[in-house]
Amino acid sequence: MPDKNQKTYLFDKPENVKRLLTGFYAICTILVIADFVVHRHIGFSWEELPAFYAIYGFAACVVLVVIAKKMRKLVMRKEDYYDE
Amino acid sequence: MSELAPFVLYFIAALLAAVTRGALRQLILLATPVVAGLHLWLNIDIGSLATHSIMSHELIVMRTDKLSLLFGYLFCIASFIAGIFSLHVKDTKQHVAGLMYAGSALGAVFAGDLITLFIFWELLAISSVFLIWARGTERAFKAGMRYLVFQVMSGVLLLAGALIYFHDTGSLAFDHIGLEGTAGWLIFLAFGIKSAFPFLHSWLTDGYPEATVTGTVFLSAFTTKVAVYALARGFAGEEILVYIGVTMACFPIFYAVIENDLRKVLAYSLINQVGFMVTGIGIGTALALNGAIAHAFSDVIFKGLLFMSMGAVLYRAGNINGSDLGGLYKSMPKTTVLCIIGALSISAFPLFSGFISKSMVMSALMHEDYGYLWLFMLFASAGVFHHAGIKIPYFAFFAHDSGIRTQEAPLNMLIAMTIAAALCIFIGTQPQFLYSLLPWEVDYWPYDTTHVLAQLQLLFFSALAFVWLNKKGLYPPELRSVNLDMEWFYRRLLPVGVQRGVSFLSNAKESAVTTLMAPMQGIRDVFSQSSYAKYHLSESWPTGSMVFWISIILAAYLLLDIFGQSL
Repeated sequence: MPDKNQKTYLFDKPENVKRLLTGFYAICTILVIADFVVHRHIGFSWEELPAFYAIYGFAACVVLVVIAKKMRKLVMRKEDYYDE
Repeated sequence: MSELAPFVLYFIAALLAAVTRGALRQLILLATPVVAGLHLWLNIDIGSLATHSIMSHELIVMRTDKLSLLFGYLFCIASFIAGIFSLHVKDTKQHVAGLMYAGSALGAVFAGDLITLFIFWELLAISSVFLIWARGTERAFKAGMRYLVFQVMSGVLLLAGALIYFHDTGSLAFDHIGLEGTAGWLIFLAFGIKSAFPFLHSWLTDGYPEATVTGTVFLSAFTTKVAVYALARGFAGEEILVYIGVTMACFPIFYAVIENDLRKVLAYSLINQVGFMVTGIGIGTALALNGAIAHAFSDVIFKGLLFMSMGAVLYRAGNINGSDLGGLYKSMPKTTVLCIIGALSISAFPLFSGFISKSMVMSALMHEDYGYLWLFMLFASAGVFHHAGIKIPYFAFFAHDSGIRTQEAPLNMLIAMTIAAALCIFIGTQPQFLYSLLPWEVDYWPYDTTHVLAQLQLLFFSALAFVWLNKKGLYPPELRSVNLDMEWFYRRLLPVGVQRGVSFLSNAKESAVTTLMAPMQGIRDVFSQSSYAKYHLSESWPTGSMVFWISIILAAYLLLDIFGQSL
C-alpha cells in the first residue's frame, strides 16, 4: 500500500531511474571506446577481437537466461511438490 | 600455553554458553573468536606441533603451517562476524551449536592426522545440523535429516579411506594423499561430498535455505571451506579437480537464475564460488593454489555478508521469496547498501575482494593454457554477476514495490554487516596483506590495465544484458515454485519407487497365496462333506483355545522353574 506512505523515494521518480540508466549506458560506451585506445595484453587468440569481454559478457548472460528459461519447463514444479 | 589448540577455547566457550544467559553470554560469544584469533596470531608459530596419545596411538591435534594458519585466522574472523550477527538470539542451542561448529572447523584445519580430521569432520556435521533444526519447522527438521545423512556418509567414507590408507602405507599423516588406490578415492569422495561436488551437492542447496536467519551465516562459512582446505592439502594438482571445479562453477548459475528463494540462490552461488577454488586446487601451480586459498578467504566474508543481508530481510520482512519482495530499499536503506557491497565483491568488481582472488585462478588457467575451460569460467564469472550481483539486490530491494514497509535491520546485524563490508573493501584495495599470508611464494598483482578493463567490460555488459532482457520482458519472472535438482532422486524417486515396490510385492504375495490355497480349499471342501468330518480333531479350533493352552504350558514352566530353584 504505497498510498499510505506519502514519502516519495529515490526511484519512485521515473526521471531518477532514467538518469541512472543514462549514466550506465555512458559507462558502457566509454568501456568499449577504451578498448580501442588502451592496449590489452593478449593471452588467448580470441582476446584479440575488439571489445571481446563486452561481447562475451553480454552474450553469456543472454544465453544463460534463455537456457534457464527453457530449463524451467523441465524442472519447475509447484511450491508444495515435495509436501504432497 | 603456546601449544593450546584453538578449538579447545571454542569448546570451553560452548560449555559456558550453555549455562550462561544475557550479557555474560554475549560477552563469551564476542570474546572467544577474539581470544582465539589473537592466540593464533601471537602465540602460534609455523611448524609447531601438539600431540595427544589415545589408546597407544599418537594423534596430532595441532600441526601448523601457513596453509592451516590462514584458515585458522579466517575462521576466527568468520565466527566473530557471525557472533555479532546472532547476538540478539535468545535460543541457547543455536549459540552452543555455533561455537561447537566453529571450533570443529578450527580443529579440522589444524588436524595433523586422518583420525583427528575424522573426529572434527563428524563434529562439524553434528554441531551444524542444529542450526538447521533450530528453525523449528517440520520442513527444517526433514531437511536437517537429509543434510545429516550426507554429512555422516562423508565421515564414514573418510574413516574407511583413512583405515585403508593406514593399512597400505602404515601412516595416518594428513599430507598429500593423491588419487592412488581405494584409500585415495574414498577420501577424495569424502572431501567431495563436503565441498558439494556436482551430484553430491544437494545437501547444501536443500539444507542451507532451511536454517535459521543466523544459522545460515555460520553454515556458509565453515563446512565447504574446511573441505576446500582438505582438498588443497590432500589432492593439490589432481587434474580431475579442474573439470569438477569448472562444472561446479557453471551448472548452479542456471538454477540460481530461476530460483525464487533468495537464500537458495545464494546457496547455488556458493557452489559456483567453491567451483573456482576447486579448479585452482586442480591446476596445482603456486599461483592457482594461492588463488584458491585467497578466494576461500574472500568468499567466506562476502558470502557471509550476502547471507547476512538476506537474513536481515527474512528477519524483518518474514519472507525471502523474490516473488514477494521488492522495494525494500525504502525501509532498509543501510542493509541495501551493505548488500550491494557484498554483491560487488562476489562479482569480482575491481576494488572489491572477489576481484583480487578470483583473477589469480583465471590467470592460472590462462598460464596453463586451459583455453576452453577458461572460456567456461569467464561465462561463470559473468553468470555470478548476473544472479548474485544483480538478481539478489534487485529483487529484494528494488524491482516492483511489494508494499512491504518494515524497519532497518537490528543494530547488531548492521554492525556485523558493516565489518564484513569493510573487510571486502579492505581486501580489495589492499590485497598485499592477504597475499603476504598465502602459503606459496608468488609474485602477483591484480591491478593492471588489461585486467581492470577486461573485468569492467565483462561486468558492465552482463549488467547491460540484464537491463535489456528486463526491458524486453524476456527476463524470467520470479515464480513461487520448486526446481527439481539432485534431491529429486531421494526425495521423490526413491520413496515413490519403494512404495510402488512394496505394493507390487504385496500384490504378488496375495495372488500367490490365493493360487496356492485354492487346491487346499478344494481338499477341505471334499473332506467336510465326507463322513470323517464329524470327529472332534477335524474341526477348526478357535485361536483363543490355543492361547489358553499355551498360557497353561507357560505357567507350568514358570512353576517348575520356581520350585526347581528352591530345591
